[in-house]
Amino acid sequence: MTRAGGWLLAAAALTLPLWLSSAYHLHVAIMAGIFGVLALSLNLLLGFAGQLSLGHAAFFGIGAYTSALLTLKGEWSFWPALAAAVALAGAAGWLVGRLSLKLRGAYFVLVTISFAGVISLVSVNWIELTNGPLGLPGVPAPELFGWSLRSKTAYYYLVLAGLALSYLVSARLVKSRIGRAFVALRENEPLAESVGVDVTHYLVLAAVVSAGMAGLGGSLYAHYTRFVSPEVFLFTYTVTMVVMVVAGGKGTLAGPLVGAVLFTVLPEALRAAASWQWQMLAYGVLLVLLVFFLPRGIVPALQALRRRGAS
Amino acid sequence: MAELLQHLVNGLVLGGTYALLGIGLTLIFGLMNVVNFAHGEFYTLGAYVAFAALAWAGVDFFVALLMAIAAGAALGWLCEVTLLRPLRGESIDTTMLVMIGVWIAMQNGELLVWGGVAKSIPHPFPTAPLVLGPVAIAPLRIFVLVLAAALIAASWLLIQKTKLGRAMRATFQDRDTAALMGVGIGRIHAATFAFGSGLAAAAGALLGPVFLVYPSMGDLASLKAFSVVILGGLGNLPGATLGGLLLGIVEELGAGYISSGYRDAVGFVIIILVLLFRPSGLFARQERIA
Repeated sequence: MTRAGGWLLAAAALTLPLWLSSAYHLHVAIMAGIFGVLALSLNLLLGFAGQLSLGHAAFFGIGAYTSALLTLKGEWSFWPALAAAVALAGAAGWLVGRLSLKLRGAYFVLVTISFAGVISLVSVNWIELTNGPLGLPGVPAPELFGWSLRSKTAYYYLVLAGLALSYLVSARLVKSRIGRAFVALRENEPLAESVGVDVTHYLVLAAVVSAGMAGLGGSLYAHYTRFVSPEVFLFTYTVTMVVMVVAGGKGTLAGPLVGAVLFTVLPEALRAAASWQWQMLAYGVLLVLLVFFLPRGIVPALQALRRRGAS
Repeated sequence: MAELLQHLVNGLVLGGTYALLGIGLTLIFGLMNVVNFAHGEFYTLGAYVAFAALAWAGVDFFVALLMAIAAGAALGWLCEVTLLRPLRGESIDTTMLVMIGVWIAMQNGELLVWGGVAKSIPHPFPTAPLVLGPVAIAPLRIFVLVLAAALIAASWLLIQKTKLGRAMRATFQDRDTAALMGVGIGRIHAATFAFGSGLAAAAGALLGPVFLVYPSMGDLASLKAFSVVILGGLGNLPGATLGGLLLGIVEELGAGYISSGYRDAVGFVIIILVLLFRPSGLFARQERIA
């Protein structure tokens, strides 16, 4: 993306509430922002380190539950609860990373799925803590210096800040030595190892940062919908993240954002025309079509087009 | 003691169908190197075909089972030929993404066709349990166990004694050499996928009448199939059989003595523990087929 284009986009995102008059449109923008955080998070593992996590909803859900429980039962305020959500999700990422550091490909995927399955069952069955399938209603809205961020406009800016933070962390990380190590591992692990890249260290690091970021998304989600239930662990969330990253372009910084906006706005726009099941059916078909026709995603395809136009 | 025996018998019935699911998946995974996340959807398909055949057409139970197997095998074949064949030689991640897409599409297609309400499959067996000493077992469950055992035996015969089975074993051991010796790899892949999907559909048709049929039933079935494959070792048919029975029994014991809410956690925990401590499976000296 050119620098001017980037500034233009940032300006548009900052002034969005001024020209989106309806609360519904703002709601869609907030959800796109939260999914943007989640897509960036999955992209670190899938796009840069080359490991597909199909249990990413677990880190999202851990963040959501941590933040909700601390503010509801512990009477913490929002900001420390948010930090705790990121920390606990990151710790879960560390655990999964340590456990599965010897596993690759399908086996890594299976461990992440199993981890999410166990956590989801705990959230349903540990009723004293989580209130079971009934969930936790009345999660408080965040406050900043005594101001409630309850309004949609205020919450939009909170999510935008979270998204910007996730983007900056991703950008700093992948443009640093660490990011180059990730890519080296993804492209050729034995070769990377032979030139001294510590595989275990970097894969665990990728898992921790990615999971912490998903925890941030979870906390933002919990305090926005004001309700958390075992549904946050639904596989649908993981699938949505995967579709966003793969469609947008894994291993790019802009790709997950494009995917997140596209696959939040599109289903909402099609809501009147097609039911939820049709949309999910379309997701499945779309994933297959993407692999066949646009395997690298939208952003890399556009970049290739522009390069061809320039030369 | 009586309670323990009862749990063992129930676990055996469950385990027989898990073994069917696992055998199908271990062949597909081991031979084609495809992580088939849609495996559970063929199980669901089998259950719905059995439902349609028994509740609407009112056919015999055996005929319904055969129809389910045929439908699963046909769709599996179609899936391999249209989606997986063009991607042969691509990385395992690529085909995995395609199969995740197939999984989501099939499950939501089923939801659209059948609706979300769970259905029970009518079956011709008396509901009064047979009492054998301390153990009571419904006649339907005996029938399920016997048929599962028969299907497992048939699969074993197919792999060990037929020309197709020999070609499959050869492909598993060394694809390139098998191809040089005149084995049609494309044909073997299609046959393997159809065979595995047919077995999954059979498991669905058998367990459907025992439990209820609903569109998302395949998710847990997939995970159980993966636990069985991991327990038994990749491409290991006796391993998958033993793994299936073991998973069924451990689940039943866990649900009976620990907590029924965590029944389905058993499969997840098995996946994690086996992959951590014995990644080649409990029963395998090395990865092999049959």
